[in-house]
Amino acid sequence: MTTLSIKHLWKEYGDQIVLENVNLEVKDHEFVTIVGASGCGKTTFLRMLLGMEQPTRGTFLIDGEPLPAEPGPDRGIVFQRYSVFPHLTVMENVLLGLELDRATWLGRLFGEKRRRAIAETEAVLDEVGLYAARDKYPAALSGGMQQRLSIAQAVIKRPKVLLLDEPFGALDPGISADMHQLILKLWEEHRMNIFMITHDIKEGFELGTRLLVFDKVRLDPQAPGAFGATITYDIPLGVTHKKLYTELVEATSRTERFNDELVHPA
Amino acid sequence: MRLLNRIPSPARALFLGALPFLMVLVAYLIASDMRLAANPDDKLLPSLSSFAEAIQGFALEPNKRTGEYQLWTDTAASLTRLGLGLALSAAIGLLFGVLTGLIPYARVTLSPFIAALSLIPPLALLPVLFIVFGLGEVSKVVLIVIGITPFIMRDLALRVAELPQELLIKAQTLGGSTWQIALRVILPQMLPRLIDAMRLALGAAWLFLIAAEAIAAEDGLGYRIFLVRRYLAMDTILPYVAWITILAFLMDMAMRQISRRLFPWHHVGSART
Repeated sequence: MTTLSIKHLWKEYGDQIVLENVNLEVKDHEFVTIVGASGCGKTTFLRMLLGMEQPTRGTFLIDGEPLPAEPGPDRGIVFQRYSVFPHLTVMENVLLGLELDRATWLGRLFGEKRRRAIAETEAVLDEVGLYAARDKYPAALSGGMQQRLSIAQAVIKRPKVLLLDEPFGALDPGISADMHQLILKLWEEHRMNIFMITHDIKEGFELGTRLLVFDKVRLDPQAPGAFGATITYDIPLGVTHKKLYTELVEATSRTERFNDELVHPA
Repeated sequence: MRLLNRIPSPARALFLGALPFLMVLVAYLIASDMRLAANPDDKLLPSLSSFAEAIQGFALEPNKRTGEYQLWTDTAASLTRLGLGLALSAAIGLLFGVLTGLIPYARVTLSPFIAALSLIPPLALLPVLFIVFGLGEVSKVVLIVIGITPFIMRDLALRVAELPQELLIKAQTLGGSTWQIALRVILPQMLPRLIDAMRLALGAAWLFLIAAEAIAAEDGLGYRIFLVRRYLAMDTILPYVAWITILAFLMDMAMRQISRRLFPWHHVGSART
C-alpha cells in the first residue's frame, strides 16, 4: 500500500513562481500520467517527487511521512536518456541494484550470494525481454532496449513509486507501443504507483488510470514568471468526454499544431 | 571533389606519413655532407658512420671504466623514476579528482588550493626539493609528481562533473551510498579517462624527469645528454634524443592498447584513439 498526499504545494525560484497551490491525493496502485506545455512545471514536480528539489511551501507526504530530501530506493526513475551505466553490461547494470543493497562496503557480491542475485536478475531481464542481450554493453543496444534496461534496473528494487520522465519520447512509434505493453504488465505485476510525464497526450490517455494536466491559470505577458502552473485537470480515465479530449490535445500541443499547418498549407 | 572529401588509400597514407621523416633525414644528410666536406673534424652534424660507431660504443659494448652497458643503465634509471612518478601521480590524481568532482564539500575545500598549487612552476620548486629530499632519487620522482598531479586531478574532477546528472540520480534510486557510488559508478568510469589524462601528461613528465636529471644525477638519459654536451658529442646526444622519443611513443601506444583492452565500453562507437 502506497499513498501520496500533496497539500498547498508551491515552488519558487526567487521571484519566479513555477508551481502554485498544487493539491493531489494519490491512492495505491494508480498510474498517473502528466501532460502539459513546456515550462509548466511538470519536470519540477517530478524532481520534487524524486527528492532533487524541495518544495518552497506546502506538504508532500508519502505514506503519511514527509518525502525524503534526496533520491532513494523507494522511488525508481527512468529518464529519457542517460539512465544506464555505460561501463556495466546489461546483466551488471541490473545486478548493481541488488549488490548495492546487500554488500555495504564493496558494493559487489561473491560466491553463493552472487549466484542467487544473478538468478533474480535473470528473472527480471527475462521479464523485460533483455535476457538474450545480458552480456552486451549499453552502447551496443538500441534506444528501446536501453529504456527496457533502465526499467529493469528500477523494477528489481521493488519501488513504491516508479517515475517515468518522457521515457518513450525518443523512440519509434512501433517500439513505444511494445514499451506500453511492457510497462502496463509490470505495473500490474508489481503493484507500484507510476507517475509518467509525456508529451504525447494519446499515450497519456491510453496508459494511465488518471491524467493530470499542468497549466498556468493566470498569465501576465509582461512578467511570465509572476504566476505558476498548477493542476488544471485531474481526469479519471475511461470516462472522458470527447470534446474535453480535443480541447486538451489543442492546449498541450501548440508547437505540434503549428508544424501541422506548415506541412498542410491548405 | 572537395579536398575535405578526398580520403587517401592506406598505402598512400603510409607513404605521406613517412614523407616528413624522410625529408628531415635527407636534409640532415645533405647538410652534414656539406659541413664535413668543408671541415672533416666538424662535430655539429656527424655522419651516419660516426653515429653507428657511437651507438656501438654506448649501447652494445660495456663501458671500459664501469663495465656497464651505458644506454641500458641510463634507460633503466630514467624509466624507474618516470614509472614511479607516473604511478604516484595517477593514484593521487584519481583519489583527489574523484573526491573533488563528486563531493561538494571536498570541492569547495580543496579546489581553490589545487588551482593555486597548479600555478606554481614546478621547476621553480626543484631547488626546494633538492634541499628537502636531497640529491637522490626521491627529489626527481617528487618533481614529476608535483609537475603532473595537479593537471590530472583537475582533469578528472572535470570528467566526474561531466558525467550526466541522471546517472548519479539513478545510482541513488538503486540505494547506493556515497561510498558505493564512488566505488561502483564513478571510479570505474574514470579509469579510462585517467589513462587519457596520463597520455596527455606524459610529455610533461619526461620534461621534468630530464630537467631533474640534468641538474643532479649520476645516471639517466637526461643526465647523459647534458654530460656529453660539454664535448659537443652530437653523435651521442642525437641518438639519445631519438631513443627518448621512441620510448615516449611506445609508452603512449601501450597505454592506448591497455585502455582498449580493459575498457572496451569506453571505445565503443567512437573513433577516438
